[in-house]
Amino acid sequence: MKFTFDGRPYEARRGDTLAAALIRNGVHLMGRSFKYHRPRGVLAAGAEEPNALVEIDRGGARRTPNLRATVVEVFDGMVARSQNRTPSLRFDVGAVNDLLAPFLPPGFYYKTFMWPIGAWAKLYEPLIRRAAGLGRAPDLPDTDRYTQRFAHCDVLVIGAGPAGLAAAAEAAAAGMRVMLCDEQAEFGGSLLSDPAAAAGLHETLAALFANPRATMLCRTTAFGIYGDNLVGLAERVTDHLPDPDPALPRERLWQVRAKRIVVAAGAIERPLVFPGNDRPGIMLGDAARIFATRYGANPGRNAVVVTACDTGADVARDLAASGVRIARVIDLREGFRVTGTSGRLRVSFIGIERGGAREKIPCDLVAMCGGWTPSIHLYSQARGKPRFDAALGAFVPDTEVSNLICVGACAGDMPGAYRAGIAPVSSEGRAFVDFQNDVTAKDLELATREGFRSIEHVKRYTTTGMATDQGKTSNINALGIVAGALGATIPEIGLTTFRTPYTPVTFGTLAGHSRGDLFDPVRTTPMHQLAVAAGAVFEDVGTWKRARYFPRAAEDMHMAVARECRMVRDSVGMFDATTLGEIEVVGADAAEFMNRVYINAWTRLAPGRCRYGVMLGENGFVMDDGVVGRLAPDRFHVTTTTGGAARVLAAMEDYRQTEWPELRVWLTSVSEQWAVIAVQGPRAREALLPLVDGLDISAAVMPHMSVVEGTFLGIEMRLFRVSFSGEMGFEVNVPADYGHAAWEAISARVGACQGGLYGTEAMHVLRAEKGFIIVGQETDGTATPDDVGLAWAIGKAKPDFIGKRSLTRSGMSGPRRQLVGLRTDDPATVLEEGAQITATTDDNRPLGHVTSAYGGATVGHSIALAMIESGRDRLGATLQVRMPGRAIAVRVTAPVFYDPEGARLDA
Amino acid sequence: MPDALPPLAALARRGPLDRASPVPGVTLAPPMRRVALHGDMSFYAGIPLPRTPLRAALSDETAILWLGPEEWLVLAPACDNVVPGNGSVVDVSHRQVGLHIEGYRAETLLNAACPLDLDLDAFPVGACTRTVFGKAQITLWRRDAALFHLEVARSFAGYVHALLREAALEFGAG
Repeated sequence: MKFTFDGRPYEARRGDTLAAALIRNGVHLMGRSFKYHRPRGVLAAGAEEPNALVEIDRGGARRTPNLRATVVEVFDGMVARSQNRTPSLRFDVGAVNDLLAPFLPPGFYYKTFMWPIGAWAKLYEPLIRRAAGLGRAPDLPDTDRYTQRFAHCDVLVIGAGPAGLAAAAEAAAAGMRVMLCDEQAEFGGSLLSDPAAAAGLHETLAALFANPRATMLCRTTAFGIYGDNLVGLAERVTDHLPDPDPALPRERLWQVRAKRIVVAAGAIERPLVFPGNDRPGIMLGDAARIFATRYGANPGRNAVVVTACDTGADVARDLAASGVRIARVIDLREGFRVTGTSGRLRVSFIGIERGGAREKIPCDLVAMCGGWTPSIHLYSQARGKPRFDAALGAFVPDTEVSNLICVGACAGDMPGAYRAGIAPVSSEGRAFVDFQNDVTAKDLELATREGFRSIEHVKRYTTTGMATDQGKTSNINALGIVAGALGATIPEIGLTTFRTPYTPVTFGTLAGHSRGDLFDPVRTTPMHQLAVAAGAVFEDVGTWKRARYFPRAAEDMHMAVARECRMVRDSVGMFDATTLGEIEVVGADAAEFMNRVYINAWTRLAPGRCRYGVMLGENGFVMDDGVVGRLAPDRFHVTTTTGGAARVLAAMEDYRQTEWPELRVWLTSVSEQWAVIAVQGPRAREALLPLVDGLDISAAVMPHMSVVEGTFLGIEMRLFRVSFSGEMGFEVNVPADYGHAAWEAISARVGACQGGLYGTEAMHVLRAEKGFIIVGQETDGTATPDDVGLAWAIGKAKPDFIGKRSLTRSGMSGPRRQLVGLRTDDPATVLEEGAQITATTDDNRPLGHVTSAYGGATVGHSIALAMIESGRDRLGATLQVRMPGRAIAVRVTAPVFYDPEGARLDA
Repeated sequence: MPDALPPLAALARRGPLDRASPVPGVTLAPPMRRVALHGDMSFYAGIPLPRTPLRAALSDETAILWLGPEEWLVLAPACDNVVPGNGSVVDVSHRQVGLHIEGYRAETLLNAACPLDLDLDAFPVGACTRTVFGKAQITLWRRDAALFHLEVARSFAGYVHALLREAALEFGAG
């Protein structure tokens, strides 16, 4: 396989990670550190890698930054690039920061970018933004697909090393539903670098793969544990393929609900802290061994092993067996100290000292064995409290977490050879602790001298453990240094919090299908296609698409709306009202239920009649409104606002079930059952008459606010005589599948009566001319019925209704903001909704605000509704609407601008 | 008075998925008579109502789904009339759209956006419940080991269908 790194071609073997392939090609310089731009090679061989962050470019939008070369699988033709360097990895001008290091201590930002204040926006922020981040974010929309899946299992095993495999095999043999995931491309964990284990591993895996109740997920990282054993897994499906099938998702999010979780996440080796410990060629002992044995990529020819525990000997043995010359094994427990290293882009010497005797050993590889840290990230996320194990020099699981166990190395279950305690630190010079963020032992000591005591504060001040690797290799070393500087023990210093995700997760994985058209449901009515064909401009109302207006050639919105309004006033218009919420309230106690839910009285409303209903919250404020028709003594057809449909039904159901279980009444949402077509205007009756199969819809038989069940060209129909426009109006309800055909039939008749379609914008203007409120526009959750002029609707004789008691609280009457109309001197001036209103231009005390404002299509002047303090006492007064830089004088009027007697409604 | 117009029933009904492109393993259920039942009832149209929570009863062509205490959904042939009962009986035939999800991948496909455990042990044949599919509320009923009936409110049908298509893509659409 061929690939390129920074434009140079290399060969790779199947199964190589990018780091392994580069090492085999003799490339050790793979990245530059964040702050000082220090040349860096790999430190680790797995997900904990802090240094070797690269960009993989698959062309176009498919450019991914900040990937760890140690987990990126090479595919044929891969294009990889280094990051955070200008112009090249070998020569990086940013490395000047390294020379300035004495002037860039921890807290440099906080100390430097303080003054002058004016320099912040113009100088400091742009500078910091340019310096921030390592990779380049892709700037094109993501063209890949991402998918998600929910799954359940008896046992989820996280990590397929020896402990995880044993657990999975045992659970599968017991007949359980098992899921096994591992972040690597292959199952096996540490067994993969142990040739003697190959046969046994193969056998175990074969049995698991053959088991239909076992789900095996490689390249899958368990990145978070959430409530009730919900585990997030990120599966990388195609990133390792040269030419993936476009039908396949790039990544898949698994949300797994597991009865039991077995965490077998293993342990991470710790680097040693000594001066110059960050040069390319200096890496973790186990990483050196993995590159040499598993990948056949010897990370050097001449190695020095520096160790704080017995695993150093194993590393030296395995490296030697792979053909690496072992120059020396330096055991820190024997009194040695590392004094420094040299080599600009690759280590060439390591200096040691013991009892005053100094020595420089030539080498091209330094393997560091600093002990092992159990990976307790997921255990900790699951609210487990670890304890410090001094022999291991690390935290291990302690308190029990229900239905979760840790097994193997992550439980602290490691042979004695791995027990290094906290390795000795040589903090002179520049001994790195957090490699990616360039935090040295001295930086941590300085932070403690500056007064930081809590590890959480030290972390934020120095940024240790805050890089993309989240301190997987550095946190324990940092704790040891801070504890030492403060003369405290590690348990006294505490442990920083483990947060999700374990390793970075793409936004694509988290978003999954929820992009573009699938981001949110797009709800359309049965007549939507007809509105589209009629040239409607749509607006989003919640998740609904509603036709806002229907412009004709050369009309702008203002002209179209003015024409639609005049049409309704002069002849007839039709409007799609399907999105309104509809609830059928049925049962012997239906009227009593309505009495309790609405402020209105319902008992004496006759079947066949309608009433405008107002609903309050328990706080006494208007929550929703709508027309209610009584179909039968035990059956009401309730309408709600479009936006309130689900909320109102839920609130009603809540009261029905929990407060009044004795009532024999039931609720059924019929919002989607009915297509609703409003036909409004003086010729509405004439338009509908031929369609209603002989039904008498004369004013005498079917007056304003009535409802009748009949047929519409042979189809079941509920016909309401209601008006939100101020004109004579009907609302035709037909079963939704017939909405399209009914719309076409009505459309032909409306056209014959010189009418046409109108949208939500004209509907708003028409209702505002009549002073009809819209809940959520005139009201804001603090308006009582009286505030918006609806006190008349309250059934005074009723013993109770929701919100009744709140209406008697102090402050709920008296000088409150009330609904009024506003007129401007210039009839063409349209006020701005939301504008504040004061008494005079000298007085800045707000009296209220404009809630609705329109050009006023039929009344000959602009109109506005407003909520104004004691508004009804101010009728005729002049107030000031305050705009930026000016004020508009307005006269307070009654809120009804058109047909105040309501004669047109009864036509 | 203008000339009499043809009855609307002569025109085709139009459902929200009439023009949707097909998804392998997903078919649109034919129009149905759907009835929402509430109250202290024992029978509907002579069929005993299921008393076991979250289980459906199937009698000839009519299914009755237990959805809550004193709450059922009847799915009957479109030609059936609504039969009054002791409680609340509301015709909701047009409120919802039915989809059949069929095949050995049905569970996997549904689990792309439905968080329920659909293993046969956990959700056996005859099980029914309200749940979610992505951001839409659905009612799910397992008619057979590899056949699910999904009911969704009509204005969410397009979303659910498109989400099924997106999720089915990796199994090879078309």
